[in-house]
Amino acid sequence: MSIFLDRTSRVVVQGITGRMAQFHTKEMLDYGTQVVAGVVPGKGGETVMGIPVFNTMKEAVEATSCDTSLVFVPPPFAADSIMEAADGGIRYCVCITDGIPAQDMIRVKRYMMRYPRERRMVLTGPNCAGTISPGKALLGIMPGHIYLQGNVGIVSRSGTLGYEAAQQLKDRGIGISTSVGIGGDPINGSSFRDILERFETDPDTHIVCMIGEIGGPQEAEAAEYIQNHMSKPVIAYIAGLTAPKGRTMGHAGAIISAFGESASEKVEILTAAGVTVAENPSVIGETVAKVMAKRAA
Amino acid sequence: MDIHEYQAKEILAKFGVAVPAGALAYSPEQAAYRARELGGDRWIVKAQVHAGGRGKAGGVKLCNSEHDIHEATEGMFGRKIVTHQTGAEGKGIYRVYVEAAVAFNREIYLGFVLDRSSQRVMIVASSEGGMEIEEISASRPDSIVRSTVEPAVGLQEFQAREIAYKLGIPAALTQQMVRTLQGCYRAFRDLDATMVEINPLVITADNRILALDAKMTFDTNALFRHPQIAELRDKSQEDPRESRAADRGLAYIGLSGNIGCIVNGAGLAMATMDTIKLAGGEPANFLDIGGGATPERVAKAFRLVMSDKNVQAVLVNIFAGINRCDWVAEGVVQALRAEPVDVPVIVRLSGTNVEEGQKILAQSGLPIIRANTLMEAAERAVIAWKNDRKQLMRAV
Repeated sequence: MSIFLDRTSRVVVQGITGRMAQFHTKEMLDYGTQVVAGVVPGKGGETVMGIPVFNTMKEAVEATSCDTSLVFVPPPFAADSIMEAADGGIRYCVCITDGIPAQDMIRVKRYMMRYPRERRMVLTGPNCAGTISPGKALLGIMPGHIYLQGNVGIVSRSGTLGYEAAQQLKDRGIGISTSVGIGGDPINGSSFRDILERFETDPDTHIVCMIGEIGGPQEAEAAEYIQNHMSKPVIAYIAGLTAPKGRTMGHAGAIISAFGESASEKVEILTAAGVTVAENPSVIGETVAKVMAKRAA
Repeated sequence: MDIHEYQAKEILAKFGVAVPAGALAYSPEQAAYRARELGGDRWIVKAQVHAGGRGKAGGVKLCNSEHDIHEATEGMFGRKIVTHQTGAEGKGIYRVYVEAAVAFNREIYLGFVLDRSSQRVMIVASSEGGMEIEEISASRPDSIVRSTVEPAVGLQEFQAREIAYKLGIPAALTQQMVRTLQGCYRAFRDLDATMVEINPLVITADNRILALDAKMTFDTNALFRHPQIAELRDKSQEDPRESRAADRGLAYIGLSGNIGCIVNGAGLAMATMDTIKLAGGEPANFLDIGGGATPERVAKAFRLVMSDKNVQAVLVNIFAGINRCDWVAEGVVQALRAEPVDVPVIVRLSGTNVEEGQKILAQSGLPIIRANTLMEAAERAVIAWKNDRKQLMRAV
C-alpha cells in the first residue's frame, strides 16, 4: 500500500495542452502512471500524446473513470479548476500552480466542505512538487528516479528540500512509501497533520520524514498530533533559521508573522513533542537511518 | 504589497470607514498650504513610509501653525526614517500627509488578517488601541477579541455587534462600529488584501468613530485583477536590489552577511542560508532562481548577488531534478565566463548526472571550488570568505 496513489490510479491532467503540462505528462507516462485524460475548456475532442482531451471534468470522469487529478492551470483560473475536480467526483487532486490568490484558496477550501466526508476530494498543494509512490505512480513534477521504493513517508512544504531528502535516502539505500508535497502557500489543501494521519494508518510506512519551514501554525499543529496520536517515529527538518522576521522568503507562506512561527520555535516545539530534528539539511538521510536502526534494534 | 497610510485611508473611506480630513504634500511649502486648505488650528503631519513605529522615530508631529508645519516637514523630507520595522538602512520620506488634529477619548485596535489555522479572514480587536498588537498580546491578552468570517456569506451584522459590545463601544455608536467593521471586511475581500489594520480607531470627543491610522497589505498573487492597487506600488520604499530582482522574476532578499547564495527552490534557499550560519558564516542574501536554472538565469543571479558590495564569496547550490547537473554546470561555467567574478565561487550540485556536472566544472579551468554536500559547501564558503584560500586548496 501507499497513500493517495498506486498503480490503479487513473489520472486526468487539467490544463494538459500547456507546455509545462505536456512535458510532465510525458514524464509521468514514462514512469508508468496511468494518465487517461486531459481537460481543457474549448479543446474537447483533441488528443495530447494519444490522451483524449475533454471540455469538462464531468465528461472526463464519465468517459475514462479517472479518479485522480493534476492541476497545471495558470493562477487566475486554478481555483476554478480545483473546484471543478471536486464537483466532478475526483478522489485525489494535486495542484502544482504557484501564485493562486490566497482568497481563492479560502473559497476552494470552503467549497470542498459542501461534500460529505466520504465523497470529499483530498487536495494537496497548491504550489507544490506533487506526490509520488515510488515504483507505482508519479503525480507531479518531481524527478522520479531519485525515489527508491521503501517504507519512509516524506511530507514537505518545499519541493527541492523534499528532493534533497529523497536523494540522501537513496544514497543510503533507503526507500520511500509515498512522498507528498503540501506546498509553500499560506492556505493549502492538506496540512502536515492531515498527511501524518494517513501515514500513521498506512502499513507500508514505518517512519515519517517531515520537512517544514518558517511561517504558519502547521508544524506546531503537527507536533501536537505526533505527541498524542502517533506511534510511528517522525524525524523533521525546519528551514529558515536565518530568515528575518516579516519577510516573505520565496514561498508565499514562508513569513514569520506570529509567535511560534520562526524556525527555532518550531524546532523547539517539535523536539518537545518527541520528534528527532535534523540540525542541518545535509544530515536528513543520516538522521532517518539512525532512527530506523534504533527502531530495528 | 504595502501601500501608504493616506492611500489606505482613501480606499477605506470608499468602503464607508470614517477618516479625518487630510491632504498629501510633496514639499514643506505644499504641506503648509494644505493645512490652510484644511482649516482649523491644529494639525498632525505624518511621514508616509511603509513601516510602523513612525511616531517614536520622529515621523509624526503635532503642529499649531503653518510655520510649525513648514519647520516640521522640512526636517522630514529627504530624510531616512529608522524604526524597528525598517532595518538599519531606514526608509526615505518623500511624501507627508497633513491631517486636521482630532480630540478623542478612547483608542481601539482593529485588525483583519488571513488566519492560517482556520483558513479564513480573522478580525482581531482590542480595547487597548494605540499600542502595537504584539505589545497588547503581551501586556493585555484578555483585552483581545477574535472572530472569524465564514467565507461563503461574509461578515454578518451580529458578529460585528458582538465585537462592538465586547470592546465596550457606547450603545449610540454600535451601528457606526458595525459599518466600520463591515467596510473594512468588504475592502479586504473585494481588493484581495492580506492585512487591514486601523490603529488606533478612536472615539472622538464629539462621539464619532474615526480611523486615525490605517495600514493595508495586498496579496501580490491577486494584483492581476486589481490594476488600480498594483499602481500604488512605491519603489522608493523598497530595497532597490529586491525591486530589480522582482522585476526579473527572481525572489531575492538582501541580508547583512558576506556569503552570497544562488539556489533553486525557496526551501533549499533558506536551508542554504541556515547551513552557512551553522558553518560559522553569515549569508548575504536569499535568492531562489526557480526550477529552470538556465544559463541566463544563473548569469542574472550572479549579477544580482555581486551587486551587493559586501559579498566576499558566492555559494551556488542547485538540485538538478528534471534538469541534469551537466546542463546546470554548463550554465554556471557560461555565466562565469560571461561575467567573471572576483570572489571565490563554491558550487554544489546534486541530483541527476552529478558526476558529469562535476567534470564540466573541473575541466572549465575556472577557479570554481566544488563540494559534495551542502554542509561541505557551506564550510568551504566560510573558509574562502575568511580569505584562507591556500588552506582551502589543500583541503580540496
